[in-house]
Amino acid sequence: MRNPLSDKCVALKPSGIRKFFDIVAEMKDAISLGVGEPDFDTPWHIRDEGIYSLEKGRTFYTSNAGLMELRKEVCNYLERRFDCHYEAAGETLITVGGSEAIDIALRAMINPGDEVIIPQPSYVSYEPCAILADAIPVIINLKNENEFRLTAEELENAITDKTKVLILPFPNNPTGAIMEKDDLEAIREVILKHDIFVLSDEIYAELSYKDKHVSIASLPDMKERTVLINGFSKAYAMTGWRLGYACGPANIIGQMTKIHQFAIMCAPTTSQYAAIEALKNGDEDVRIMCEAYNQRRRFLMHEFEKMGLPCFEPFGAFYVFPCIKEFGMTSEEFATKLLEEEKVAVVPGTAFGDCGEGFLRISYAYSIDNLKVALDRIGSFVERLRSR
Amino acid sequence: MREKILRIIETNSRVGVSELAVRLGADEIDVANELKALEDEGIICGYHTLIDWEKTTLENVSALIEVKVTPQRGQGFDHMAERIYQYPEVNAVYLISGGFDLLVNLEGKSIKEIAGFVSDKLSTLDNVLSTSTHFILKKYKDHGVILGAKHKDEREMIMS
Repeated sequence: MRNPLSDKCVALKPSGIRKFFDIVAEMKDAISLGVGEPDFDTPWHIRDEGIYSLEKGRTFYTSNAGLMELRKEVCNYLERRFDCHYEAAGETLITVGGSEAIDIALRAMINPGDEVIIPQPSYVSYEPCAILADAIPVIINLKNENEFRLTAEELENAITDKTKVLILPFPNNPTGAIMEKDDLEAIREVILKHDIFVLSDEIYAELSYKDKHVSIASLPDMKERTVLINGFSKAYAMTGWRLGYACGPANIIGQMTKIHQFAIMCAPTTSQYAAIEALKNGDEDVRIMCEAYNQRRRFLMHEFEKMGLPCFEPFGAFYVFPCIKEFGMTSEEFATKLLEEEKVAVVPGTAFGDCGEGFLRISYAYSIDNLKVALDRIGSFVERLRSR
Repeated sequence: MREKILRIIETNSRVGVSELAVRLGADEIDVANELKALEDEGIICGYHTLIDWEKTTLENVSALIEVKVTPQRGQGFDHMAERIYQYPEVNAVYLISGGFDLLVNLEGKSIKEIAGFVSDKLSTLDNVLSTSTHFILKKYKDHGVILGAKHKDEREMIMS
């Protein structure tokens, strides 16, 4: 029999920490700080709208781009919160989570051999999606001393005449880093100078703890060359509903809609009705959850300071990214030992790129009580390591 | 800061000054002063514990009693409410709009004890026109907390 598999797919590196996650899954009594999704339930009024849509028998496909009412609410929301102006028709596409939007945006923009710049540490799917779209991924290793922000110099150094797209993952998973307006203005110059495009993954936009999140799409001349990706998972605690969206210039969104139409047809209808409610009446829920995350963030920073574990102050998402280089272990060794000895699961920084070596991703999508127990254990673990 | 403090301790009064300060990014002194002010102003009226008596071996019965009264000249319903809330077995008294006037929440050891209170004390008060007693059979949710249910984290460890 011939080999049924695609060489391109087989060559994709499987996630390096699968092994580690398997150990975690088997350890039933471990406290996890490893999950990358909100611990809150979706606010009831949003769930209720989903239920109501089912009761009403709204169980059909929607238009490929998504319910017009939802697209209009998305545009209202982006205008209200981030000063971004999009048309519901032509410039907005409802997707199956932000992840689908990342995939189809790259497929819509890439020709074979084009280079896609991916700052790391970052979410695990950018690189494989770029490869599947026949792009050549070019990694920028972000630096702790820059608080894991992308600098104009780093970007400039990564650009070649083949560069087509920059992926901009801020607020960042796993570091919690943000890009403030000044930072964005600096890289904007480079982007315009080299005539490249931006895929801005702003799924954590609402979870910003310094000033309000700034979208690069709101800067002058950037809307035309930016695909803005956002969704409902993180802001409204709606991960399981699988709903996101992409906004951008009509030519790119048009091609994305074509792929979306053939691959997916449309995003889940029930989720779309629930999402309308989220955007219409969910601002207060977001505010309350954001405040809870912020309190946990401050608590973790305080605890790491007490332990003497170096950690830059992250102002976004729900992760902190402490440095464990002093112990002379790899991130995976540290995480495995911590799991074995203290039954606390954290994610090794290397899961998000080689430059995550020496760091841990610690999620604070957990209750304060949970965090307290886990941090006590990490504290005694660190103390023990230092006295060895 | 005031609202944030209240929001936190509304659901967990055991959170201390130092933890409040860390979580709110504020100075301990400022938090302590604010708590003191909230107490002095009578905004914080107490620090209680939410107990699911069902789970204990102690006998406990609670009831809601609708009371119709004659309002008194110059004092409205306040005087009657005051007469009723003095009794230690009375847990709460509210003035209610609608078909009756005062809603009284009563805690007792047994149905008999509550029945005795209603017939001997409450309904014999001057100006009490009628009472209607509803025994609570089961508490599902109290003070915003779902009783009996222990929340289990069902999230999977997947790469996200």
